[in-house]
This record gives sequence, structure tokens and C-alpha cells, in this order.
Amino acid sequence: MGGIFLSSELGKRVDFLEGNVACAEGALAAGCRFFAFYPITPAREIGQVMALKMPKVGGISIQMEDEIASISSIIGASWAGLKSMTATSGPGFSLMQEGIGYAVQTETPCVIVDVQRGGPGVGQVGVPLQGDVMQSRHGAHGEYPILVLAPSSPQDMFDFTVEAFNLSEALRTPVILLTDAYVSFMRESVVIRPSWDIPIINRKKPALKGEISFFLSEDVAPMPAFGSGFRVHVTGSCHDELGYRKVSDPKDLDHLIKRIYGKFEKHRNEIVRLQKIQVDDAKIVLVTYGSPFRSTLWALKKARMEGIRVGCVRLVTIWPFARREIAKIAEQVDKIIVLENNMGQILDYVRSAACGVAEVGFLPPQILGAIHNPKYVLETIRKEASS
Amino acid sequence: MSGKSVHPLMKYIRPETLPLPHCPGCGDGVIAQCILRAIDELGLDFTKVAFVSGIGCAGWIPSPLFNTDVLHTTHGRPIAFATGLKLANPELNVVVISGDGDLSAIGGNHLIHGARRNIGLSVICVNNFIYGMTGAQVAPTTPHGLRTDTTPYGNLENPFDLCKLVEAAGGTYVARWSTLHVRQLIRSIKKALQRKGFSFIEVLSPCPVRYGPLIKVRHPVDLVKWLQGIMVGKEEAKRLSAEELSQKIVVGEFVEKTAPELSEQYTKIRWTENGEN
Repeated sequence: MGGIFLSSELGKRVDFLEGNVACAEGALAAGCRFFAFYPITPAREIGQVMALKMPKVGGISIQMEDEIASISSIIGASWAGLKSMTATSGPGFSLMQEGIGYAVQTETPCVIVDVQRGGPGVGQVGVPLQGDVMQSRHGAHGEYPILVLAPSSPQDMFDFTVEAFNLSEALRTPVILLTDAYVSFMRESVVIRPSWDIPIINRKKPALKGEISFFLSEDVAPMPAFGSGFRVHVTGSCHDELGYRKVSDPKDLDHLIKRIYGKFEKHRNEIVRLQKIQVDDAKIVLVTYGSPFRSTLWALKKARMEGIRVGCVRLVTIWPFARREIAKIAEQVDKIIVLENNMGQILDYVRSAACGVAEVGFLPPQILGAIHNPKYVLETIRKEASS
Repeated sequence: MSGKSVHPLMKYIRPETLPLPHCPGCGDGVIAQCILRAIDELGLDFTKVAFVSGIGCAGWIPSPLFNTDVLHTTHGRPIAFATGLKLANPELNVVVISGDGDLSAIGGNHLIHGARRNIGLSVICVNNFIYGMTGAQVAPTTPHGLRTDTTPYGNLENPFDLCKLVEAAGGTYVARWSTLHVRQLIRSIKKALQRKGFSFIEVLSPCPVRYGPLIKVRHPVDLVKWLQGIMVGKEEAKRLSAEELSQKIVVGEFVEKTAPELSEQYTKIRWTENGEN
């Protein structure tokens, strides 16, 4: 077996790819070299592609005994110096929560893909309910910030996966790619840029042999790989800058939590991303993310053709939530409508950001777990515009 | 340090982390010393030895005491973390240290799968028959009938024979000693560190603070004597009846065999820069 055969190594091209396959290709292009997986629908193809291609790029793909082992092993591999990822769906994502909290707290870069399916419980495996939005924010115990990206197309699955790795490496934090069965199973054209045209960020390593402070810097502390002579102590318990356990004085916990939040705040402009479409003159703004963005975009175009002053804010990063940006938009519009495929998980965040300045409405699909019918979205826009 | 004698193992210890946090009479200090002596006797480069530990008293043996890379993980998962670490860098000598509760209750699944995979880890399981840190709750290793914090009417369940479990699951080196078997334990740890596959060493360890009171043996020295009394060597065990054996714990080396190690197997299917594969 020889050589590299990443799609991105072959120069710019257009492939017709399933979302999950695009995600795996994006991970490989981003430099992911350790992947752990436990079989689950609808994330199967990510595991399949990684198992096939990983050895050929010099990486490792392993099927673990459960999702807890998957998240644990990617954290271990990350401390060995490799970019690492796991992929799962709702039930497995629930099992990973403790590990995700551990990764935030130990500032371990890694990427977790959650292909959302219908829940709660075992739920429905092929139904793209956006039920894990709050779980992705607050699923682990304790107080912590988290970074979550929401792709809407196979193209996004490639691009956002690369971005997830870059953000993860730059900030030393786990990044969650929150997709769903719809986006993951969909096949579309995916433009794959050549590898030399894909910006890649790698974690900062300690430069000097005597460096000892590897945690809790708002500027992001350097991260040594195990075995490289830095004698790093990593603990999931509350710790100081040197990694030493600090488990009795609440001031130490206060310090840890505020430093980790501070790291996010300091890099907020690199993290919080949203796409604004025809917002400038809009009276109505549709706020959405993930797969409902597709129906929203179609309805928006039609409504604009009818002369309705409607715009769209598409959240690229759901968390941290774009509170300041939404608050600003609320000042210039009459109404905000939130579109998501659940009972309203981001809705209350939008409401609190709008803070009564603009009216906030909610539009789930007619049937939860089915996609938003674009015509139904258009009718709603018309109704709102005429009222 | 002039004029003062320094302990020969101090070079492996982060001095600012002393004294040890363990209770008086705990076996964990003995185990820490056995591990470091094994490393010292082998002359290993300590920076190429990584320790992964779980939650519980035994997890604090290497964390933060040992002056090399240490990963103190979530409860029950050290073998899973270590699997990622070892696969990602097969050059590392990865040692997992944790307790019976961490490795065989909450982490039991990872223990059997680590053994089944024959991933190159040296797992040292400190068995004190109880959950010590949380205050004397029943463990999967607690004898039948014993009253504990959470079995006030007596333990209705049977204890694991961890060595048999790991042997059945595919571990390629399996041994059981106690903190009384210092020389045997050092020898076993040295073997494990030099072997390629999944090595499992169970160490029976006295817990005079949490376990002692349950069996009404409170003094650390008495508890060590009690431990001595319940153990029987592998050869001697053959002469005992099933009835006699049920009251004893067998110590010795149980498995020593070779089988393909996981990270080594993976290297064979992996593309490498020197193009060997």
C-alpha cells in the first residue's frame, strides 16, 4: 500500500459526494490522523471512509467498544500530538459528554461530529431532527464554553470540518460539528480545493525546553506532545497553569473557568461566524442554521422577487451564540423569525438577544423531523409581510 | 543538596508534589516505589514512559507525583485514553495505573477490550477490595457477605477474579501480587514494561482507613498480616480443596504468552514516510 490519495491532493476538482463522505475527506485534508468510531446510523459513512483511507495517509482509524472509549481515545491521541476526530449520532453523543467536558477543561484539541437523528431515546435513526442543539451547548456537567459549527450542505461538510480542525488547533478546544441525517445523507457537488489552497492551522508547541506552563492562558498555551520531554501533567480535575491539581479552594475553580471563558472571549472575532443575506434593508429577518437554512434560502429568494424586504441570518457557529450580532440586527428590523427543526432550542437565545426590541417568532417544520417545506416558509414570510 | 542524602528514586518525582496524599498505612506508596524501582532497574528513559491513570486513590500514584508525561483521565476510562495514546505513538511505553473500581466496574468494558485487542499497555490494577476515596462502598472485588457503606445488610454479589477475567479476554501477561510481594511485583512490572502486548498486574493493597474497619482489622500492620493470611501461592493452591481455596486469593504469574500486538499490527498496514509499507 503506498502513497497518498486524498481527494485534495489531486488539484481543484468537483466531486459528487455524500455529506458524510465530504466530512471524512475534509478531516483528512485538515490533517486528521487519528479517528475513533463506534458504529451508529446516520454517521456510518464517516467511519467507513476513515477506516479505508486513514492507513493510506499514515494515520490510524479504530473502532472502539463504545462512544465513551471513542472520545477517550481521541483525547489520548491528541496528547500524543495527532489531530483527532470521532463521529457519532445522538445516543453516542450523549455518552461522549463527560469526555467533551474533559477535553474543554484540559484544553485538548479534537473534533466531534454529531450527525443528529430523531430522539429522545433510540428515536428514529434516519430523521434529521435538530434535537441536540442544547446538548451540544450544555451536555457536559459544569460551567464551560463550547464551539459548535452547523453545516447545511455537503460542501459545508468538507469546509466546516477543515474549519473545525483549524479552530480546535488554534484555541486548543474540542469543536463539535453539528450536522443532521439530512445534510449527512445528501449528495451534492462539492468543490474540493487543492491541498495547497486549504489553510491549515496546527497547534502551538512549546519552543523552549524549559517551558512548564501549558494551561489556562487566554492567549492559548503551547501544547507539548507526550514523549517529547516536557513532562506535562494533564488532569481533568481543576488545575493551575502548570497542570497541578487544585481541588479545595473555590478560587482555583473560579480562575480555571474564567480563564477558559476568557480564551473564548479574547478570540471571539475568529470564532463567532454568521452569514448575513440581504439583511441591510430587511424588515423581517429569518434566523436559522444547519439544514433548515436550505428551505429558508429558497423562500427568501422567492419572497425578494415578490418585493418583500426579508433577509436571513445563518448561524455558522451556533455556540458561542452570536448574541451581540443578533441584538444589533434586532434594532433595525420589525420581526425576527427563528427556523429550526425542533421545539425551539436556539429560540430563547434569539429572544433574549432581541430583548423585546424586535418581535421574535418561531417556525418549526409542520412535522418535526421532516424538512421545512420551502413553500410553507414562503407563505409564512408573505403572511408576516402583510400583517 | 550537599551533605544531604537524596533518595535514589527522587529523580523520577516532582519534588513539589510531596508528601503523598495517601492515608497512613495505604499500600499505594509501596506500589509507587515498585514501579519506579522497576523503571530504574531497567534504565528506561523516563520521558518515553507515559502514565495514564483513572479516578480514585490509585489514580493518584502517578498523578502528579511521577516526573514524566501523566494523563489523569475521567473515571473508568484510562485504558481507552491510553489506547489512543499508544496507537498514536507506539514508541511510548504506556503504563495505566488505577484501582479495582475504576478498571473493573465503571471501566470494565475497556479492560476486557484492551485485553482482547492486545494493545501494548502495562496495566497495574490496585485492588483494595473497596471504594476508598468515596468512603467504603462495595466494589466488584468486595467479598460476598461483607457489610459496606452501600451494602448495610451484607454484599449479595460475588467478587471478580480479575486475573481470570483478563486471561479469558486475551491478556498476554497476567499476574497477581500484593504490596507484601515487593520483589515479585518489581520483577513483574519489569516484565510488563519490556513486553509488547497487554499486560495486567493486579496488586492487592491494604486500605486500613476504609477497608480495615469493615473486617474489624484496624491497625495497618494487622491488616497486612490479614492480607498475608488470605493469600496462597499458585503452586500451593493446587494442593488445596475447592472449599479451602474459596477462602483464599491465589497469587503468582498466570499468563505469559506472545500474540500480535495491536499498534505493531497497525504499523504494518500504515503508509510511512520511508515507504516501507
